[in-house]
Amino acid sequence: MQPSTSLLRDLVRKKDFYAGGLMLLIGIGIALKGSTYRLGTPMHMGPGFFPTMLGVLLVLIGIAIAAPALMPSAAGAESDESILPDHPQWWAWFCILMSPVLFIVFGKYFGMIPGTFACVFIAALGDRGASWISTIVLSSVVTIFGVVLFSYFLQVPMPILTWGGGL
Amino acid sequence: MISTALTDLWYGFGVALEPHNLMWCFVGVLVGNMVGVLPGMGPLATISILLPLTFGMKPVGAILMLAGVMYGAQYGGAICSILLNLPCHPPHAVTCLDGFPMTKQGRGGIALGVTVIASFVGASWGITEMIFLSPLLVKAALQFGPAEVCSLMLLGLLAGSTLARGSPVKGVAMTLIGLFLGSVGTDLETGSERFTFGLTELDDGIELIALALGLFGIAEFMTSVNQVAPINTKYTNVRFKDMRPSKADLKQAFFPMWRGTIVGSLCSLIPGTGPTIASFVAYATEKKISKHPEKFGTGQLEGVACPEAATHSSVQGDFIPTMSLGIPGDAVMALLLGALMIQGIVPGPQLISQHPDIFWGLVASFWIGNILLVLLNVPLIGIWVKMLAIPYKYLYPSAMFFVCIGVYAANNDFFQVGEVVAIGAFGYVLLRLGFHPAPILLGFVLGPRFEENFRRAMLIARGDFSVFVTRPISAVFVGMCVLLIAVQVWVRIRGEKVVPQIGSGHPGESPPISPQMAPQRVPATPAE
Repeated sequence: MQPSTSLLRDLVRKKDFYAGGLMLLIGIGIALKGSTYRLGTPMHMGPGFFPTMLGVLLVLIGIAIAAPALMPSAAGAESDESILPDHPQWWAWFCILMSPVLFIVFGKYFGMIPGTFACVFIAALGDRGASWISTIVLSSVVTIFGVVLFSYFLQVPMPILTWGGGL
Repeated sequence: MISTALTDLWYGFGVALEPHNLMWCFVGVLVGNMVGVLPGMGPLATISILLPLTFGMKPVGAILMLAGVMYGAQYGGAICSILLNLPCHPPHAVTCLDGFPMTKQGRGGIALGVTVIASFVGASWGITEMIFLSPLLVKAALQFGPAEVCSLMLLGLLAGSTLARGSPVKGVAMTLIGLFLGSVGTDLETGSERFTFGLTELDDGIELIALALGLFGIAEFMTSVNQVAPINTKYTNVRFKDMRPSKADLKQAFFPMWRGTIVGSLCSLIPGTGPTIASFVAYATEKKISKHPEKFGTGQLEGVACPEAATHSSVQGDFIPTMSLGIPGDAVMALLLGALMIQGIVPGPQLISQHPDIFWGLVASFWIGNILLVLLNVPLIGIWVKMLAIPYKYLYPSAMFFVCIGVYAANNDFFQVGEVVAIGAFGYVLLRLGFHPAPILLGFVLGPRFEENFRRAMLIARGDFSVFVTRPISAVFVGMCVLLIAVQVWVRIRGEKVVPQIGSGHPGESPPISPQMAPQRVPATPAE
């Protein structure tokens, strides 16, 4: 590892730098937002006291995490990693995160059967080896099983089929 | 004192053997074992997914079932590590070392059989400790004022975050995030809303289920999707009759089992040192005192019996502070405590006297559950083994459905399903940045009570922060916190880890990140 000249390039690959940075930002956010609530005195604490305290602590911890990463090559080897995994799975990640979203939309407006089907369907599409047939079969099986278990057996009050959002 | 404990225990058996409680215990063990066997499903994910099923139940049945789920899942994880070499749950990482070579030699069945016995021995010891130590702890804890409770919680939080996996500083950061998430919603004392950003849905705070399923469900699926190697089922052909260890095997495993049990129970007495550390310490001890340490790693029965006994004895030991003080040692305990809170039960020293049915019923159900586990695994091992072969591409979409419906069923609220998406994405970012999100749950569950006691302590002390060191019991806890931090710093400076590094023990994080990443890749924040 070369000294200072490549510092900037090293920096973008330092996990701890971002980890600490993220904590720092969250900490600042908590502290700023927290201090808009009434702080009170230590004896009679207002609602803002505790969160602000947490925010400040988080800022300090964030600095403690990021600082070693800023020192060139000092604690280098361990943190010298890219944040993304070897093979980023943008499509699969998207599918997994969309799965509950579709569950909300379809579940709310069309009921449990479409919600479940859509939720499993989109999640299953995220797999590299997914085919339309296997995805449809899997979604159907989970839907039947899920509706029987949750609607009939556990009595979850969600309409099985509806139109336009009865809820 | 012994006689009262035994009377209480007798009462507990009465509770646990009531037909419906027995049934829920059985269901819990069965389902927990079934889900826990599935590769990539550790106890945390299993409990969070099954937690919503218990909402409609009475508190006793619910907690008995969840405890059953927990040790069922744990045993399922052992099957997974021994037969597939996949540590679904970090404490079992050590079991792989000798368990999988045994499987390769065709002795996997014996390893499983010995695991059943070892976990039973370990758990029984832990339960016995629980019976006698908990009332003592409660007696002491009832003298505690808010300042003492507060410093004790601080100790628990610090120990839980710094002694767990990964960097201690990052663990503390996660705890702080958890404490913060716990403060979202209506402030208990003043009734003003905090961090709700005008969303009335957040008034009651963030839903525990959404948090747990986001962090241990969605974030895990995002880590494992398309990364899981096809499962090698070559060695998984185990039948019931293969599981019976011979007399020689039993003799070989007997002392390691007891040594593991002792190590595990000692570890559980130190706050924060959960089953993972216990199993590693037990394995290392066993290797050290063995006459043939070089054979370890090649399929030694001792290498399976000792850490498994340690894990179970330590898990049972972890229940002691959780149930008697209301302070969980790790995320699994935090989740169980959260489940109790959902049922409207306030954890803390008063729990045993106010809800003796829960406490003693739980204690008795541990034994019943562990016996059930033995009975279940004998005939069902063939089915479990078949379940190991379920491919991940069917597993995670189905699990996604359970996540969604589980969060929805908590309050019949679609908003909370949205919460789980946000938390899942955030959890994945944290995982990628090298954080282990388990302490978040710890902080989240303890947060509100911590704040409440903190404010009360300050009120009593008229705003004087020195109250935490001037009251003797509190000073002891604060001293232990300082000691804990000092030891961590000292270890850091000496440049080595006292706590055995658990390596890539994170469930599902199967491919280790190679150090030689393409340098031209510009890292972006993943998944958002």
